[in-house]
Amino acid sequence: MRNKLYIVPIHHPKAVNLELLRQALSEVFPLSIEFLALDLDIESVFNARRHQYHSTEILANLLRQMPDDAERILAITDLDLYIPILTFVFGEAQLRGRAAVVSCHRLKNEFYGIPADNDILVDRLIKEAVHELGHTYGLVHCENYSCVMHASTYVEEIDTKDYHFCLDCQAQLENPEIQIP
Amino acid sequence: MDPSKIGILIVDDEESVRSSLYKWFIEDGYRTDTAADAKETLKKLEEQSWDIILLDIKMPGMNGLELQERIRDIDPSIVIIMITAYASVDTAVQALKAGAFDYVTKPFDPDDLEHLIRNAIEKRKLSRENLQLKQKISQLNPEEIVIAESPQMKHVLELVDTVAQTDSTVLIHGESGTGKEVIARTIHNRSRRRLFPMIAVNCGAFPETLLESELFGHEKGAFTGAQYRRKGKIELADGGTLFLDEIGDISPKTQLDLLRVLETKQFTRLGGNRVIRSDFRLICATNKNLEEEVKKGNFREDLFYRINVFFILIPPLRERREDISALAHFFVQKYSRAMNKPVHDISPEAMKLLKEYSWPGNVRELENAIERAMVVGKTPTIQPQDLPFSQAPAFDPAKVESDSLEAIEKAHISAVLARTGWNIKRSAEILGIDRVTLYNKIKKFNLKKP
Repeated sequence: MRNKLYIVPIHHPKAVNLELLRQALSEVFPLSIEFLALDLDIESVFNARRHQYHSTEILANLLRQMPDDAERILAITDLDLYIPILTFVFGEAQLRGRAAVVSCHRLKNEFYGIPADNDILVDRLIKEAVHELGHTYGLVHCENYSCVMHASTYVEEIDTKDYHFCLDCQAQLENPEIQIP
Repeated sequence: MDPSKIGILIVDDEESVRSSLYKWFIEDGYRTDTAADAKETLKKLEEQSWDIILLDIKMPGMNGLELQERIRDIDPSIVIIMITAYASVDTAVQALKAGAFDYVTKPFDPDDLEHLIRNAIEKRKLSRENLQLKQKISQLNPEEIVIAESPQMKHVLELVDTVAQTDSTVLIHGESGTGKEVIARTIHNRSRRRLFPMIAVNCGAFPETLLESELFGHEKGAFTGAQYRRKGKIELADGGTLFLDEIGDISPKTQLDLLRVLETKQFTRLGGNRVIRSDFRLICATNKNLEEEVKKGNFREDLFYRINVFFILIPPLRERREDISALAHFFVQKYSRAMNKPVHDISPEAMKLLKEYSWPGNVRELENAIERAMVVGKTPTIQPQDLPFSQAPAFDPAKVESDSLEAIEKAHISAVLARTGWNIKRSAEILGIDRVTLYNKIKKFNLKKP
């Protein structure tokens, strides 16, 4: 029976307490959440010209090694992620799929030249993890700026939104048949 | 905005670009699809409509710039955003000149892409609104129908088409009722100013001071009774056409004021100081011989030359009898619909009368005659007795009691008066005398209105 959400740390920043992420996700998703160590061939998805890692390839790697009892699998990494057409992504997920990945690389204050703040980093990581997992349940970006499914291209936008789904997104999450206009 | 109602098509030969953009837009909720080459793109354009196309400039086979032209041929309102791997000013300029909305270099910043798409959606929305408004205006401003069977009227329409494409001032000359305003409106509707109003002013209908206020507008308190500021017709015609009918009837002072406006396209409202600009095209009409009026000193020569840039002469109906049948049938159809009366034809006898009549009141008189015939007529076909002039005794010199010039004159005036239904102005025009002379003749011959 598939009822587990596995969190797979890949080059995750040591300062981040992933237990806080596990607790937060367990409040949102009714799944048993566990950590899983996987031996992914991460160098094969490295783009030497861009000095970045191809997130779609990471998702493919995750799916290949997904345990039988996994309902969802979420990789957390400190690597800088990209998809070919964009300069970077905070994370990526399979829409209506089972795998997601979130990077802390650009969620950190240090990346923008300001002092590190671990609490803010964890806060951003949780929001992005819920956001990407929301895509795996078929949710698309939400116009509501405080909804966790609101699209964020800046960390400041992540800080503005909440951990939670808005009422419309929550309703769709509970009943995927509902089409939110 | 509901993103699922926006269709985005991604055209790129690189699979990784297609899939990553596809994923990005799908997560935003847009209706999204991809195409790898020109052939697939054109097929997808046939299958359904798209609002935005992201198009790679460099592709094997037909490149993005060529494909852009094909897409614009199919649907010019699609917003096209060009994508390229290299920031090249030349290709960017080429793409934008060919009508692309914007141009991006890959890889894009996620935020730039988001802004680009939002702007593209806004552009698409505005283009659609613009199109809808233009259609609405076209419906509100239907094309005037000009019946032209005769070579003379066909020539007039050729002139209309020629001058409509320009911004030249037009002077239309024609007798009363020949359709000078219809021709002016046709010029306006076929010109680039058609989406703006045509403002018509009948200069003969106003006394001098009122005409000035009508044309230039006035400020509050400009004259007794001017309680509110009022925009003049020249100001209202901004962007469109100003049609001055019976231009030959305006006073010397208004002629001078009008000349100043035509020279500068600037004026002030009566009682005001603020200079107002108005960009209008001028069409004037008259039934007077303005050259004669200039010689007599009634019309300013400089104003005459200013308005007589492109001259159109509308011949009177009696000189283009080929149009009578088509016009008569057109009016029958018009009033049959308006009155909901099943009158659809004109008998050969009635048509013979229509064709033989001199039509001093021109097309307007013909229209009135048909309207009257449709009101009084009992059959589905208009008969001679339905026509207003059929019972009028025709002037027959043989039936005149005496051969004296006076008796013949009396009989002729009497016949013309009967034919026009005692319309003094029209009778005077037919007889070629002024109205005062006609009144004197009526008194002299003791003619009585039946």
